Amino acid sequence: MNAPYIGQSIKRTEDQRFITGGGTYTDDVNVVGQTYAYFLRSPHAHAKIRGINFAKAKAAAGVVGIYTGEDLTAAKVGGLPCGWLITSVDGQPMKEPPHPLLAQGKVRHVGDQVAVVIAESLHQAKDAAELIEVDYEMLPAVVNAADARKPGVPLVHDDVPHNTCYTWAIGAKDVVDKAFASASHVTTLEFNNNRLIPNAIEPRAALAQYSRGDEAYTLHVANQNPHVERLLMTAFVLGLPEHKVRVIAPDVGGGFGSKIFLYAEETVITWASKQVNRPIKWTAERSESFVTDAHGRDHVTKAELAMDKSGKFLAMRVHTTANLGAYLSTFASSVPTILYATLLAGQYTTPAIYCEVTAVFTNTVPVDAYRGAGRPEATYVIERLVETAAREMKLAPAEIRKRNFITQFPYQTPVALCYDTGNYGATLEAAMKLADAAGFEARRKQAADRGKLRGLGYSTYIEACGLAPSNIAGSLGARAGLYEAGEVRFHPTGSVSVFTGSHSHGQGHETTFAQVVADKLGIPIENITIVHGDTGRIPFGMGTYGSRSIAVGGAAIVKAIDKIIDKGKKIAAHLLEASADDITFKDGVFSVAGSDKKKTIAEVAFASYVPHNYPLDKLEPGLNETAFYDPPNFTYPAGSHICEVEIDGDTGATKIVSFTAVDDFGNVINPMIVEGQVHGGLAQGIGQALLEGCAYDAESGQLITGSYMDYAMPRADDVPSFKVDTKVTACTHNALGVKGCGEAGAIGAPAAVINAITDALGVKDIAMPATAERVWRAMNTKSKKAK
Amino acid sequence: MTIPVSLTVNGKAVGVDIDPRTLLSQLLRDHLHLTGTHIGCDTGQCGACTVHVDGRAVKACNIFAAQVDGAAVTTIEGIGGANGALHPMQAAFREHHGLQCGFCTPGMIMNAIELVQKHPNPSEDTVRAELDGNLCRCTGYHNIVKAVIAGAANMKG
Ligand code: FES
Ligand code: FES
Repeated sequence: MNAPYIGQSIKRTEDQRFITGGGTYTDDVNVVGQTYAYFLRSPHAHAKIRGINFAKAKAAAGVVGIYTGEDLTAAKVGGLPCGWLITSVDGQPMKEPPHPLLAQGKVRHVGDQVAVVIAESLHQAKDAAELIEVDYEMLPAVVNAADARKPGVPLVHDDVPHNTCYTWAIGAKDVVDKAFASASHVTTLEFNNNRLIPNAIEPRAALAQYSRGDEAYTLHVANQNPHVERLLMTAFVLGLPEHKVRVIAPDVGGGFGSKIFLYAEETVITWASKQVNRPIKWTAERSESFVTDAHGRDHVTKAELAMDKSGKFLAMRVHTTANLGAYLSTFASSVPTILYATLLAGQYTTPAIYCEVTAVFTNTVPVDAYRGAGRPEATYVIERLVETAAREMKLAPAEIRKRNFITQFPYQTPVALCYDTGNYGATLEAAMKLADAAGFEARRKQAADRGKLRGLGYSTYIEACGLAPSNIAGSLGARAGLYEAGEVRFHPTGSVSVFTGSHSHGQGHETTFAQVVADKLGIPIENITIVHGDTGRIPFGMGTYGSRSIAVGGAAIVKAIDKIIDKGKKIAAHLLEASADDITFKDGVFSVAGSDKKKTIAEVAFASYVPHNYPLDKLEPGLNETAFYDPPNFTYPAGSHICEVEIDGDTGATKIVSFTAVDDFGNVINPMIVEGQVHGGLAQGIGQALLEGCAYDAESGQLITGSYMDYAMPRADDVPSFKVDTKVTACTHNALGVKGCGEAGAIGAPAAVINAITDALGVKDIAMPATAERVWRAMNTKSKKAK
Repeated sequence: MTIPVSLTVNGKAVGVDIDPRTLLSQLLRDHLHLTGTHIGCDTGQCGACTVHVDGRAVKACNIFAAQVDGAAVTTIEGIGGANGALHPMQAAFREHHGLQCGFCTPGMIMNAIELVQKHPNPSEDTVRAELDGNLCRCTGYHNIVKAVIAGAANMKG
């Protein structure tokens, strides 16, 4: 493989270990003397704890320690913090009830952790947990967002009236209301955005070690952002100095958001590892993942779109109630607000938008960012409205979109964001071609002849990635920075280690980042190693979420490389006896302009580490640079998804016969990896639309979909092969012109699928997941009505 | 209480004394340190733990170690050739980007090898149907399907 590497579908470096069973996931790490933790969890959705009797458990074989909430209180251990402060419309800060690591007198959802048992073996820990007697006084529970504020509903937290965390709004309400009053057509939809369970195939896991000799901790944890994990855990919960805690997120088996957050389990075992003075391992069982990994989505929304006679959008009005679950998870408050309502302009010039969001607590698992985080919810609102409006106005779905597309950039939306670049017409045209939209009516007819209903649905989405800049985010309530760090280290013999604060848990950074570094430094890709996921080796980092890695993490590395080249020029100038201003750098070689004098970057690196002939009076030895990059703006990937479905008229079973996605991610470093990201996102989006629906029993608060037998994960025969392509408008404000691609599929797909199904059925709406039963019912109610 | 179990794993004879509750997956991971066999669920639904027992693909989380006494077990660590040469199915997964986080991958590969033994020229539909017992959350299956079909062709070569 030869340079330039950028733009090539280079096979992944990391694959060698994964295909041979040589990956090192957290549960694969074992240390001498390790013990095992098992968490005793609440079987009830809402209950007071009158007492816990663990006398028998303490005496059980192999038990090393048992701890409850009382022990943590006595040790002055805090609760889990929330990383984003949202301010209500009345100027009050959101309600932040305590989020204890182990229950304090009350449990608030099925799976809430009550006690931890640490034993010599996992079997022993479980056996001992069986012997713990918890005296619960059951309380009535509330699980649905729509019910949470009703009078007489139980309070999840005694000091949070109406179970309301905040009511937040964006946009000029009076302007919007006025536009609605004068509109010639208004399209209205009311729907739920279904609750999803992330289900990375690697369950969460952690291994905590305490070293008495140096009073230091090492935590291996399946996590997407180890520095943030450490910062939150040390500064906000355990009160430990950061330099005494090393967090390692080794190979991580998928995250999709669910491994961003600081969870109770890893925090408890980190604390307990000092108490028992032994390493402690905890690995979630899948049934624990279902009741403890932060869930995603769960909105109840009323959305309205006002238009003039020609179908030009005048205004949009959205009211959403967002279910936050029992506690505020790490970034929960920002997802249905900052990451949702600011996206409601979509790809359109809608001049006035108002969105009001009420966030409520319920007796369910906390809800937080899940692939797309707010942006799939926004896209679903917009694209369902737009498609429905097109049908009501008797306009073709592509036509109504084209009439409203933003075509001038930069474009300031009425909901805070400023899009730097894009070409929405180009992705739509390309997608229609690839999907053969023109031939659809003929296919619909052929299907009808076979007794099947065909439908075509569009979704033209916008996404905001690489959340930034830090100061603006801070003014909006962020309690952390949003930059990324990178360090580029030449070794004396010319190979390079790159340390990035981004984290890869499937995205292939070890390959993509190496492609960037190889091109920028002009060295062979084999000479580069990308290091991530270790606070002990990497300067700092915010980790990977929100499709930010290449746009923010990649840009930080490029910034460090620029510093390397700058210094290299000075060293080369000395070696070549020229002025640094006359040195140029290209393809790994420093040369003196207008001469054939040159030095390779490897020679320069060697000279810097063996500085015998070196300007020691002016330059430090070594070639190792670090950069922090705080982007000036979000990036705005966008694209067009087109879904074609065929529905069995007898059973209501829906088959996706074709799914097309043409996306604009800016410049693409590795097309193979980008396509893979799109495929995976699409499967999750299709999963949301057709299969996945987290269900709680409204009465008991029990999780009904608590295993893979009850929660329908997309399997190989549920999804089609995808038609995927890209168009490029380069991002205008980062060094690589990249925008990010990790979430696009999950953002665009649900609306495309539901638009296709409603098209096939000729109904206005159908709830997600559109299971065969729901589709069958929709068909049958409709035909009854027609009679 | 422990019980003795002896079996062959990746061609080597193994004898251990284990808690009778020990699953084959736990035996492989915790006692033999073959951590390429992954645990993704507790209901036998995800297939991340798939290994071969006497040549048949089996979910190692769904069978007690004691049940495989005397059997020959092959794991992802045992399918490559001498000197680290890849099995053709492993090579196909890499070539076709059939993995992202890699967690489902060993199970997918083990199941795919058996699939090809049953269906030497599998169609896309056959592959999708046969992979029904293996969950992947990352790839959307698109490239896994491509990899398995290519792997089937490689295995003939
Ligand atoms: S771990 Fe064996 S099927 Fe999931
Ligand atoms: S590659 Fe991550 S689960 Fe399949």
